[in-house]
Amino acid sequence: MLELSDIHKTFYAGTPNEVRSLRGVSLSMQQGSFVNVIGTNGSGKSTLLNAVAGTFLVDTGRIVLGSENITRQPEYRRARRIGRVFQNPFSGSAPTMTIAENLALASRRGLSRGLGWSLSRSLREEIADRIRTLKMGLENRLDNPIGSLSGGQRQAITLLMATWVKPDLLLLDEHTAALDPRSADQVIRLTHEIVTRDQLTTLMVTHSMQQAVHLGDRILMMHQGQIVADLSGPEKARTRAEDLLSRFDALRQRDQLTPAVRDLLELSYV
Amino acid sequence: MVLLISAFNFGLIFAFLALGVYISFRIFHFPDITADGAFAFGGAATTAMLVSGWGPIVATGAGFLAGMLAGATTGILHTRFRIHGLLSGILVMTALYSVNLHVLGKSNVTLSEASTLNKSWTAIIKRAFGDVERVDILGWMVGIQDLASLLLMVLLMMVVGSTLFCFLKTKFGTAMRGSGDNPQMILAMGVSDKLLLTFGLALANGLTAISGSLLVQYQEFADVQMGIGMVVWGLASVIIGESLVGESRFGLLIAGAILGSVLFRMMIAIALRCGLNPNDLKIITAFFVFIALVAPQWSRKRKARLLVAKARVAGDA
Repeated sequence: MLELSDIHKTFYAGTPNEVRSLRGVSLSMQQGSFVNVIGTNGSGKSTLLNAVAGTFLVDTGRIVLGSENITRQPEYRRARRIGRVFQNPFSGSAPTMTIAENLALASRRGLSRGLGWSLSRSLREEIADRIRTLKMGLENRLDNPIGSLSGGQRQAITLLMATWVKPDLLLLDEHTAALDPRSADQVIRLTHEIVTRDQLTTLMVTHSMQQAVHLGDRILMMHQGQIVADLSGPEKARTRAEDLLSRFDALRQRDQLTPAVRDLLELSYV
Repeated sequence: MVLLISAFNFGLIFAFLALGVYISFRIFHFPDITADGAFAFGGAATTAMLVSGWGPIVATGAGFLAGMLAGATTGILHTRFRIHGLLSGILVMTALYSVNLHVLGKSNVTLSEASTLNKSWTAIIKRAFGDVERVDILGWMVGIQDLASLLLMVLLMMVVGSTLFCFLKTKFGTAMRGSGDNPQMILAMGVSDKLLLTFGLALANGLTAISGSLLVQYQEFADVQMGIGMVVWGLASVIIGESLVGESRFGLLIAGAILGSVLFRMMIAIALRCGLNPNDLKIITAFFVFIALVAPQWSRKRKARLLVAKARVAGDA
């Protein structure tokens, strides 16, 4: 479904602030698969997601979604086929507009937006029905501005918006990181429900080893802009949170070792 | 009464400007200075058309299109060429000054000989009232010309205001509001926020230009300087409107902007009557907008201080 081949991205190239965020990332995702991406801070996991979403264009490499090469497509064009939930609960909905209006906007993702009424009676009923499945009591507050909701509620609605029109690919960017533990649990449960119900192809970045282990069918571990581990099938099923943590420790130790070894070599030979 | 009616007339003419400013400043949060140029551009385009013998309806339409062109240019400068929003507007506004001089041919033009929207409409109304020069309204004798203009403006405003309201409720209009509210979200919904902003600015400046177009026809006179300070005037109307209706639904805010414009004109008419020097109008308007922008901050700070003080008292007790 999603095919990344040898993606490179460098920010601020040629300046002292140069960051090589993605250094040759290749990835192939099957239709209906759920892939978790974990990694240290600055490992490039969010950058990878943004590269697929089209927040920026990659320097080299190819991104193919389904049968379409989307490498040079602008963000809004890709969004017609990709649903997204952001880390910031405020990013995914329009705060001064009502719940109903936000969902009405989402119901036209990838479709034409003409001069018909955005909120028909039938659409309103459908919105109420789908909001009811969240079990947050929001179906009675359809005309309240979204800005009056809590972060967890907004994130749940953003999830609903991202998946209202079934996307070819769902991108979740640490979408529970900014929530309190209870709301985070709720949103994760909802994510699981929707993804399994609609069999969505999902790429989720997470900071939580628990989520990575319990959700999905594959774990990618990123470090310094590269995929350093790719666990799937029985190997993923066996993996526990502690295993992932010890892998991170190993990576960290190797990082510390490398400059030390280099210094030693320099001392001896230069 | 004559003072009141003429203030009402001006208020409704400038209400189109207020709607334009509402769209750019409030819906898109875009500080659009183009309005100063677009206002004069609308007036100039209409004047040029009228002088060369076109009908008033076509000429007013041309004014609207001229404004849309100006707004779209600002939008393209900002979205395509990534020029700062404020600067894009300033560039277009500055350029429009020369354009307006060319369109008008000289720095001011009279329309006393040309046929205007107001003149044709007055003729119709006059016939309807049986060819009188003055009409008795609640004991006041009102000139038929003033009355006709007022009716025309009320009618036009009702049509344009409700069309704008309906437009903002359509799928496209909702996307526009969403884009102003959260551009990131509208991108994720598969719509180009740049395109929406460009269109929004075109619409906003089209409305502003209608204001200019109606003004030249009302006062039968166009001046290349007529656009100066229009952004601030429009903003003042929008702010007064918001304080009238509260910051709530956009339908009310549209009505508020119209009311605000009328009320603002009334205040100015009264101030002028009481001996205000007309030269001081713009500085007073600017000062008024300044107060209106700063007052909410003060009251918020005061409230916060009060809360802290209360908490301290409660803590001591």
